[in-house]
Amino acid sequence: MKPHIALKPVIAPQPDYVQVRDLRRLFDVSRPWLNRVIERQPRQYLRAVDHVSFSVARGETLAIVGESGSGKSTVARMVVGLMPPSDGEVTISGVSMTDPRQAAERRALRRRIQMIFQDPYASMNPRWRVDRIVSEPIRAFGLLNGEREIQARVGELLTLVGLHPDDGKRYPHAFSGGQRQRIAIARALASEAEFLVADEPTSALDVSVQAQILNLMRDLQDRLGLTYLFISHNLAVVRHMANRIGVMYLGRIVEIGGGRELFTAPKHPYTRMLLDAVPDLAHVGRQRVPVQGEIPNPINPPSGCTFHPRCPFANDRCKAEVPVFRDGVACHAVEEGRLMPGGVAAVA
Amino acid sequence: MTPGSTMSQPVLSVRDLRVEFATRRGVLTALDGVSFEIERGEVLGVVGESGAGKSVTGSAVIGLIDPPGRIAGGEIRLNGERIDNLPPEAMRKVRGKRIGMIFQDPLTSLNPLYRVGRQIEETIRTHTDLSAKAARQRAIDLLAEVGIPAPERRIDGFPHEFSGGMRQRVVIALALAAEPELIIADEPTTALDVSVQAQIITLLKRLGRDHGTAVMLITHDMGVIAEAADRVAVMYAGRVAEIGPVAALVGDPLHPYAKGLMGAIPSLSHEADRLAQIPGAMPRLSAIPPGCAFNPRCPNVFARCTVDRPEPLVVGSHRVACHLYDASGQAAA
Repeated sequence: MKPHIALKPVIAPQPDYVQVRDLRRLFDVSRPWLNRVIERQPRQYLRAVDHVSFSVARGETLAIVGESGSGKSTVARMVVGLMPPSDGEVTISGVSMTDPRQAAERRALRRRIQMIFQDPYASMNPRWRVDRIVSEPIRAFGLLNGEREIQARVGELLTLVGLHPDDGKRYPHAFSGGQRQRIAIARALASEAEFLVADEPTSALDVSVQAQILNLMRDLQDRLGLTYLFISHNLAVVRHMANRIGVMYLGRIVEIGGGRELFTAPKHPYTRMLLDAVPDLAHVGRQRVPVQGEIPNPINPPSGCTFHPRCPFANDRCKAEVPVFRDGVACHAVEEGRLMPGGVAAVA
Repeated sequence: MTPGSTMSQPVLSVRDLRVEFATRRGVLTALDGVSFEIERGEVLGVVGESGAGKSVTGSAVIGLIDPPGRIAGGEIRLNGERIDNLPPEAMRKVRGKRIGMIFQDPLTSLNPLYRVGRQIEETIRTHTDLSAKAARQRAIDLLAEVGIPAPERRIDGFPHEFSGGMRQRVVIALALAAEPELIIADEPTTALDVSVQAQIITLLKRLGRDHGTAVMLITHDMGVIAEAADRVAVMYAGRVAEIGPVAALVGDPLHPYAKGLMGAIPSLSHEADRLAQIPGAMPRLSAIPPGCAFNPRCPNVFARCTVDRPEPLVVGSHRVACHLYDASGQAAA
């Protein structure tokens, strides 16, 4: 296969634009060296991400949901290259993000990949005017020459995200949270990005503003054919945005599937529990028995299937053996046919 | 309960509350004519976006508005007794004893250097005349009640030894220590994961039911309100836009802002192609538009809205501040 260096024409549709294979990330959480020697303790590692594999087709939105500490943000950071994986491989548009032999291709691809963060204010230089913030990728990648062209492009980008071209003359502090997130999106699009990784892009926003940003992201996807990796803890937001959803628990993907199947016929007991736990407008005055327990300490996770201490369907095999990811789910109970895909109520 | 209170009397009654902050650039009105009441054993959900005045309302009720803020008008009654004009020392006795508080971040409510047992016992002994031994037993009972496993052992733990959900349970136990008449919970589940959040909501509801405690639940999360509250007050720009029973308000909101808010929330149970969106954002306190504060964003705005401030009207089980529901303006809806 020829390397795609000139990316201007749209590449023929590939089934998997982004491929993530067996991604792992360990964090060293050992005590200091002297303590380890004196107290005779071994090194300790936290497995933030453990054997995660998924793929995203061009123009698709894959969402990853999970509670805090499940490793979803670590996955996002490794996919965009902000953090090197301990093991495993990320391939975007046929270019490996780790293989040293593909460095040149990777450099050409970089500008196609952008990230949107939870707190847009923290990702902008408060002393720069908005037009400078938005034009930075254009200048950095040398996409346009001439100040007039650059300013015209910035105005175009600001209009695209629902702001006014004159807003470029103001500083980030003059904008509300929702408007800042629009600026962050404009900056991401400035380098002609085609793959956006959004890590909790609306979690810091009020609901009416969140709706504006989610609608904007969907409109942009329709107009520009963007591919999204959408990280969120909010299941309702994910359902609204994603074509496919991966559910993470303690560093592993426990289930992955199309949005509708996952919500109407969840397979993994953890997915069922999550769906059952989310307060929703449709549940006025609902009485329920909440699931007990909390996410265990990831430094010392439970043996076998890490969900077994909280799982109502766990047996001895679940305590001993790590379930293999097969047919979109990693669960012994589903594999053995003890648990049928079905309604949420099965857990309650 | 205070002597002389009757069953029909609400635990908390707030009338025409007005809170102002004097700043260099003039007086900002954070709350303007806020009225509501909470009955015994009832959970009133207070929702709104940031800057709506939800937390200021809570702070005003417990008398924790710091200068330059001040209560500039209206009255707050706890079981019939006025508490908004009490001297600081008397208010300090009301706080903790008659009104319990739960905040978003449990770590800021707990002293990291004291064992949790000591903190709960201290609260109990400050407000009741129990002996040290009885107070410790009561603390253990409280921890058991809020669902902390092995309370007789955990009571001697430090806050950092508890997980986020367990810490929030400790804070709830602390709020309950003096058997208050009212609990103000300001975003109690916002910092918690969904599975733990569900446990805390269930706990709050049960406590209201079992003890007859009135609960003011302040949150931005409509899902939490839908599940936990009996009645809901929707706030906008320091005013109550609409107040009513939770099923009626969620199922059939009347105020255009409440309608927009409900439509903007993505739901688990049905798929929408686009979310309803309200254009613009909440006005700043220094630039609240004349007439109805929502008029620049309202899809149903008409001439009167920009001039006349709407008064709360009773429409069915709701109370709504909107000109659309004025007898003469009914047709406009």
